Amino acid sequence: MTRARPNWLGGLAGWLWLAVVLVPIYWIFVTSFKQQSEYFRTNPFLPAADPTFANYALVIASNFPRYFANSVVVTVGAVVPAVLFSFMAAFAVVRGGGRYLRSVNALFLMGLAIPLQAVVIPVYLIIIRLRMYDTLLAIILPSIAFAIPLSVLVLANFIRDIPNELFESMRLDGASDWGMLWRLALPLTRPALVTVTVYNGLTIWNGFLLPLILTQSPDQRTLPLALWSFQGQYSINVPAIAASVVLTTLPILVLYAVGRRQLLSGLTAGFGK
Amino acid sequence: MTALAPPGARTAIPSPVAGSGRSASFAWMALPALIVFVAFGVVPLLGVVGLSFTTWDGLGAITPSGLTSWTAVLTDPGLPHALWVTFLVMALSWLVQTPISLLIGVFVAGHQRYRALLAVLFFVPLLLSSAAIAITYKALLDPNFGLGAGLGIPLLQQDWLGQANLALGVVVFVVSWQFIPFHSLIYQGGVRQIPRSMYEAAELDGAGRVRQFFAITLPQLKYTIIASSTLILVGSLTYFDLIFVLTGGGPADATTTLAVDMYKRGFQANLMGPASAIAVILVLVGLALALLMRRVGGSDSTASQLEGT
Repeated sequence: MTRARPNWLGGLAGWLWLAVVLVPIYWIFVTSFKQQSEYFRTNPFLPAADPTFANYALVIASNFPRYFANSVVVTVGAVVPAVLFSFMAAFAVVRGGGRYLRSVNALFLMGLAIPLQAVVIPVYLIIIRLRMYDTLLAIILPSIAFAIPLSVLVLANFIRDIPNELFESMRLDGASDWGMLWRLALPLTRPALVTVTVYNGLTIWNGFLLPLILTQSPDQRTLPLALWSFQGQYSINVPAIAASVVLTTLPILVLYAVGRRQLLSGLTAGFGK
Repeated sequence: MTALAPPGARTAIPSPVAGSGRSASFAWMALPALIVFVAFGVVPLLGVVGLSFTTWDGLGAITPSGLTSWTAVLTDPGLPHALWVTFLVMALSWLVQTPISLLIGVFVAGHQRYRALLAVLFFVPLLLSSAAIAITYKALLDPNFGLGAGLGIPLLQQDWLGQANLALGVVVFVVSWQFIPFHSLIYQGGVRQIPRSMYEAAELDGAGRVRQFFAITLPQLKYTIIASSTLILVGSLTYFDLIFVLTGGGPADATTTLAVDMYKRGFQANLMGPASAIAVILVLVGLALALLMRRVGGSDSTASQLEGT
């Protein structure tokens, strides 16, 4: 890097933005350890003089472990089939030919343009008719469907880059299409599979609209929905709300610290190809 | 992602002679994804058009009612208002996000170590759920219990979410807070693809930093800018979680965008017919925007869903 002149404007924007990003995060973190009485008396930016875990205890006692488990079930239950189905479909679309597979591919590409928000009413109707309303499966099924188009696109772009000679030599060894799918394409597509898994996992973990309209009872809440109703219940207890936000965000921040590279590449999945 | 690039010339090589057994297994492989997507993606898309010609309260029987729902929606002053709010949110969040993302993208594309560290922190908002972000800001901006009250600064102590214009501004700000990292990431990628030699040549010619930005960086990023703008514009139609939790569309209907309007009519007022009509309008506006942006740029790197969450 031999640029003589520093980028003042960019630097200014960068540091300013850092403050903008960090202030709310810092505030919510510090607040979560304050007692409600202390909260009103002290400077909001100073850490608690007498840190307490009572807010976290309250959040945990408010059934959050259950909501956490629900979120895990929904996320794993949707991401695993979504990635698996998308991988199989992407392989078929790339390796197989014919009019049927071309129209399947066209359908998925068209699906990229369908916003989830626009179709929630019929999704709600379908879920009621299937008698799945107020179950976790009700959230899982549409989540899979809406993960598929982008996943197929990303995976197909990746599978397309696998040299054809590899498939040819496997075929000469007598491998079937299913054999090539599992033993050749799967290991070679691993980076893209990680990307797609991360992206879908984050989207579904943070999903709010589907749980909102497809479930009703507290027992079926996922974390974002639980946060919302907790906030409605304790609107004046700011430290408790802060603790609920911190606690539900922590798992993702830990994952971010561990697998930052995969996360970031996952977030821009499908872009720039 | 050129639409419908036929599955690659290379893929034509596996001899089609290999017979129907081969294509049959490919057909099976595509089937699970196809079934789930048709059942919960395509059918609902057709269904929402169908439901817009019915009357349904969300629980009882669905009765066809012709154009009743459409007439109700199109004559309701709520619709132009929701369209206007949607447009405002879209235009303002584009105006805020694009220059800042561009600046930050260029900044973090530099190879200094501390910039990489900054970048790690910049991207944290991307990981948080819209619900968590909205709840944080709601608490933080509360005139009685929030940051302003705590610091005792009257300027910060306004009723941010209780006044129409302020609330709209807050929505735009929080949306930007959430999505600027994503667009910075896109610009970072774009900047890193600009050949270093172009800057070296410009430097030899004595072009300054600002000049270089306008003469090289900006033109080279043309397609990145178009792509990012498309994602912002089309994506802004689908902001729901954040607005719903932050303001509930209020005060009154000051922040009621199309998506919020649809939810309120459908799931709060139990008017699924009119709500479906609004959903159809939402789809049409999104398609029109995507096509428009495609015409502008001749590029089609659009995945409206990327932004949808």
